[in-house]
Amino acid sequence: MSSTKPGSFPRALATLASGALFGFGLSYAGMIRPEVVLSFLRFQDWGLMLVMGGAVLVVLLAYQLAPRLMARPVLDNHFHPHPSRWNRDTALGAALFGVGWGLCGVCPGPAIAGLGTGNWDLLWALGGIGLGALAQGLRAR
Amino acid sequence: MTSSLSLFPLGWQHYLAGGLLVGAGAALLFVLTGRIGGMSTVFTSTWSYVVQRPFFQQARFVDSRGWRLVYAAGLILGALVWWLGLAGGQPQATAVPTWQLVVGGFFVGYGARLGNGCTSGHGICGLGSLQLPSLMAVLTFMATAFLTANLAARWLA
Repeated sequence: MSSTKPGSFPRALATLASGALFGFGLSYAGMIRPEVVLSFLRFQDWGLMLVMGGAVLVVLLAYQLAPRLMARPVLDNHFHPHPSRWNRDTALGAALFGVGWGLCGVCPGPAIAGLGTGNWDLLWALGGIGLGALAQGLRAR
Repeated sequence: MTSSLSLFPLGWQHYLAGGLLVGAGAALLFVLTGRIGGMSTVFTSTWSYVVQRPFFQQARFVDSRGWRLVYAAGLILGALVWWLGLAGGQPQATAVPTWQLVVGGFFVGYGARLGNGCTSGHGICGLGSLQLPSLMAVLTFMATAFLTANLAARWLA
């Protein structure tokens, strides 16, 4: 009945395993192939809706149920909520994100996961995303 | 003939199964560590290791940069397991031109960070926590992505 926070190694291992499940799912669903994403955005294959819908469904259950059923997460003292805000930056950022996504068919998760599939072309997108994030931070106050 | 008229010309099962697994990954992270696992923040938090400007040195980036990198490493590991275990380990490639990957990527990175979320942050985690601002962000980026992808197919192909 200790309330001390578990060590950082189990937490890191849990984070790695969670990421691995996420990355396996992205790959299995074909989301690491820009062509599949672009065929969705061109209304040729609606698969991405199933990927998104399936993921949202599971996450919705976990986010709603876990804080009700558990006093705290298994390896930490409390849940970390992350409220999103709607303002000019969110609107403009989302619009620009969509333009980029529609142009290349790669979003941040698949850009990272794609490295595990030997698709070195995706390094170009990963580099672009890194530079874009850097530019955003340098322009922000 | 019929396949070109289908909503899912490549089949639908792998999409749904993959999506459920993606959700299970984010759900596991939440149940075990209490964290919300979007993917775009790692691109800013990792810069905090080398860029000393105050924006990058905010606690929300410095305090989370370690686990976000581990989470990203997990993404690569999971994809590697799929690639070697199920995809035969053949090197993957894309026919999307390099300039489109770089320029599109730049807008993806800039926009996701300005808007505080991407397809996983606003899309999966934001919608999964029933946040209206995230729904509006998703509708916004879906609209501009549909527009851009179709214009690009017409003008650049």
